[in-house]
Amino acid sequence: MGKQENSFEIEKKVGMALKTRILSVIATSFFAALGIIVVFPFFVMVIASFRPGKDIIRYGLALQIDFDVMSFKNYKYLFTGNHAYFTWFKNSLVLTLLSVVLTLIVCYFVAYGLSMYKFKLRNFLFFLVIATMMVPFEILMLPLFQEMIDLKLIDTTAGVILPGLVSASTVFFFRQYMMGLPHELLDAGRIDGSTEYGICIKIMLPITKPAFAAMAILSSMGAWNSMLWPLLVYRSASKFTLPIGLNTLLTPYGNNYDLLIAGSCFAVLPIFAIFLAFQSYFIDGMTAGAVKG
Amino acid sequence: MKSLKKVLYSQKAAPYVFVLPFLLSFMFFWIYPLFSTVKMSFQSILPGQVEWIGLENYQKLLKDRVFHLAIKNSFTYMFWTLVLLIPFPMIYACIMDGKLVKAKGLFKALLYLPALTSVVVAGTMFRLMFAEMETSQMNQIVQWLGFGPIKWLKGKYTGMFALLLVACWRWTGVNMLYYLSGLKNIDNSLYESAEIDGASGFKKFLYIQLPLLKPTTIYVLTISIYAGLAMFLESFMLWNGNASPNNIGLTIVGYLYRRGIEKNQLGYASAVGLVLLAIALFINIIQLIWNGTFKKEER
Repeated sequence: MGKQENSFEIEKKVGMALKTRILSVIATSFFAALGIIVVFPFFVMVIASFRPGKDIIRYGLALQIDFDVMSFKNYKYLFTGNHAYFTWFKNSLVLTLLSVVLTLIVCYFVAYGLSMYKFKLRNFLFFLVIATMMVPFEILMLPLFQEMIDLKLIDTTAGVILPGLVSASTVFFFRQYMMGLPHELLDAGRIDGSTEYGICIKIMLPITKPAFAAMAILSSMGAWNSMLWPLLVYRSASKFTLPIGLNTLLTPYGNNYDLLIAGSCFAVLPIFAIFLAFQSYFIDGMTAGAVKG
Repeated sequence: MKSLKKVLYSQKAAPYVFVLPFLLSFMFFWIYPLFSTVKMSFQSILPGQVEWIGLENYQKLLKDRVFHLAIKNSFTYMFWTLVLLIPFPMIYACIMDGKLVKAKGLFKALLYLPALTSVVVAGTMFRLMFAEMETSQMNQIVQWLGFGPIKWLKGKYTGMFALLLVACWRWTGVNMLYYLSGLKNIDNSLYESAEIDGASGFKKFLYIQLPLLKPTTIYVLTISIYAGLAMFLESFMLWNGNASPNNIGLTIVGYLYRRGIEKNQLGYASAVGLVLLAIALFINIIQLIWNGTFKKEER
């Protein structure tokens, strides 16, 4: 009797394992299918970047692998041709670096003040930080544009960077992170004779590095891709960033599509590379707000 | 001078020095523009000629058919993004959170990739794939399914479909990651006791994951309402400019842009913006009260 029961149990276990395995195959292939669908448009674009731009304006964008018409001509033109693409690329790079470095430094200080000290206005100020997130930027865009004209900051990088310098979501993330750090370090620093600012920079900043990494990646992604505000502020073509520049190639005549498609592929590369290299920081950074709700 | 330095370095003054940049930015780049847009909404603004006109801009908005269409478009878009971009990413995250899926890191990365592309690149890509020629990607797909080629970006419903497809493509992975991080916070012992009780995967989802993911859902809901109502660049790129046939792609912010930037009617555009703000705040406050967010804070 005992033996029979045993074999029955084993059969049941084998059955369960088989069921789990089948479910696992189904679940994994579901995500594989989803992944293929998501990557498909990129794939179509990369293939199309090897075809003449005229074809794309005439036939639309579609997956078509035809080695007779495919060539490296577009890329050759991208790298050696007479156009402004790399000016835009350089402008985007400078703007991204500048705005990310400045934003991170400033937001770190603000968040430090809001998390490391207990003072009268602390909760009120934090409420104001949250309140600024409650108004979509698009509503402030017009009056800010007017303000930039009044301040003579139109067509300057300062005009592009300044309004977004203290980013509420970056402050919010830094604060959440620093609330979890040991506040005793401040007193220890004071006993050692450091000033308040010395403690902030020499003691606390090094242990906030992971937060810096996450925010650096997230804000550089935003800055590299930002379009609306720079489009309003920059007037001269020599200052255009990559998104604005690529947008100017979109003429109804389609004479620039050689550059447009190849240039678009090349524009996504840096951000993909950064993402793949620092994937885990990315995910930490963007999910920080969701945890607390 | 010395005493000033002493004050600045004191423990009491330090926090104010730290938050000073926020205060400055708050005053110059938030309060000031917000007030000036409220002020402008009661004015008629022509170069060198500013006139107070009271509620006239708002009265005009009440009768402005194009504005009503823009509101309708933004609402439709927001509604469908909520329907498509909350339940599905949540379910995907719940499946991925279990032990069944292999190569999770790869799939997470793949689904996130679209969010990294700028609207310009994404919009251009989809605009060309939705082109009306029968050789375009989307028309090839519908023809393969046995339908005729469609002029996607010229029809009301097909145009909205294109907008929503771009939204789903870009944001499904992002929202899934939000839900995955919410799932990480659920105590494992809950699953274990559910397993002892013999609960099925579906029951675990219904009685453990769904209720405990509520904070994440509220967060995603709140930002999606804002993002949906304030959508503009997606439509701008899909139709290569702010003009779509019969305004099928016109959103509230698109209308604000048309009036404020293209036609330089700052007063009227400000009124458009403030109506948008009122709608967004109203919906979100109702939603947050409904979900009991404020109650929790009182406790």
